Amino acid sequence: MGHRTPLYALHQDAGAKLVDFAGWDMPLNYGSQIEEHHAVRRNAGVFDVSHMTIIEISGRESQAFLDKVLANDISRLKESGKALYSAMLDSQGHVMDDLIVYLVPTGYLMVVNCATREKDLNWLQQHSEGMDCVLVERDDLAILAIQGPDAIDRVTEVVEADCQLVIGSLKVFQGAWCEDWFIARTGYTGEEGLEIMLPGDAAKELWQRLLSVDVKPVGLGARDTLRLEAGMNLYGNDMDETVSPYESNMATTVVVEGRDFIGLEALRETKGNRKLVGLVMNEKGVLRAHYPVFCDDREVGEITSGAHSPTLGRSIALARVDTVCGNFGVEIRGKRFPVELVRPPFVRNGKQVYRAWKKNKQE
Amino acid sequence: MAEFPDNLHYLDSHEWARVEDDGTVTVGISDHAQESLGDVVFVEMPELNSEVSAKNEAGVVESVKAASDIYAPVSGTVSAVNEQLEEAPEIVNDSPYDDGWFFNITPSNLDEISSLLTASEYQKVCEEEDH
Repeated sequence: MGHRTPLYALHQDAGAKLVDFAGWDMPLNYGSQIEEHHAVRRNAGVFDVSHMTIIEISGRESQAFLDKVLANDISRLKESGKALYSAMLDSQGHVMDDLIVYLVPTGYLMVVNCATREKDLNWLQQHSEGMDCVLVERDDLAILAIQGPDAIDRVTEVVEADCQLVIGSLKVFQGAWCEDWFIARTGYTGEEGLEIMLPGDAAKELWQRLLSVDVKPVGLGARDTLRLEAGMNLYGNDMDETVSPYESNMATTVVVEGRDFIGLEALRETKGNRKLVGLVMNEKGVLRAHYPVFCDDREVGEITSGAHSPTLGRSIALARVDTVCGNFGVEIRGKRFPVELVRPPFVRNGKQVYRAWKKNKQE
Repeated sequence: MAEFPDNLHYLDSHEWARVEDDGTVTVGISDHAQESLGDVVFVEMPELNSEVSAKNEAGVVESVKAASDIYAPVSGTVSAVNEQLEEAPEIVNDSPYDDGWFFNITPSNLDEISSLLTASEYQKVCEEEDH
């Protein structure tokens, strides 16, 4: 038996197919993954992402600590509650994890991936030693993500008046405490929505209230196709400790000027030679991770994430390649299929948004 | 719970075969298979009039989860393919034993059908897989 979130029994009630995810028993789907995907693009869906790791950071030197361990510039966070997406790099400049960090009155609130929890906690602990900076894992909190064009309205309908006010005041990519709930206007789907960190019992109640106003439960299966359409990386698939952030379509999240963070020296020597690009296949079939990618007749890399896109009705992928050219193809079961080379995201706010790949200044 | 109709023959790779009144054999994937694959998004069919041989690959079913080979239960010539699945592959999930059939074979040796699993034998295979 794996770890269970406080919502485990509610997932069973909702007909979830529960699978192991990095040691956690998590819902893969509640019937049809594609219907769940459409629910988020068209109305609203709720995800239990309580398996993710929340770390509270406080102390006088918290900012200096984060300046050292994050590739993005923590001093970009000026307004209370604002969020920053960043890579955490090892000394070779490779990606140890990607994470989100919020500026809060007591310091910072950081959310890192579940599969990298132990590695991250050890690394952060090690690099905070000797600094006036305290790290506390908040494993007492569950996380619900409510996403979709109607998500904010649905949440507002079912929460208390004080939290309604908080939600109404949030800008995009900003969070705030409402008593012991942290409510943030962030997500992993390319839609409007909220991510709420809250005590387990409150999470159970909120889940039930959301379902009663027709918010659909959504599993990890649809979470993956939604994030892929949104052009968002998945750690372990699209980047890991063998690639730099520049090779992971994360150039805009690396701030070098006037900085001295772990991995910077290595990045100054080399940014790496590969790129993470988007692919769209207009023929029938499904692009999948590890399929080889060709430029003319040369193999130039492989797909890191691929899926059938329910919104676009065709297959899309992220691929890491060492060359870009006008004649891209993917080999599926020994047969070559032409694909379009594009810059992600593929879909935002329910609409197709991808453009042909063009070189970006930072690359 | 998945259904295992008694009038069908099964492969342990999760295809079913039904002998029609005209002696042809219709092929699809089982209810258990569609459940474990999740939403089907694409089916790659064998070519019409092509030869297929028993327990060899004849097509591919792509779901949200994975690509899986489809094996021919008997040898013969492909006499029909379900063209509906091209536009609406989700029929495989909704109706695996009826509207969601994949293709039809004119068998070269119908005796091959006797080497397939019965419904109860196949159900055991599925139960063992799930544990």
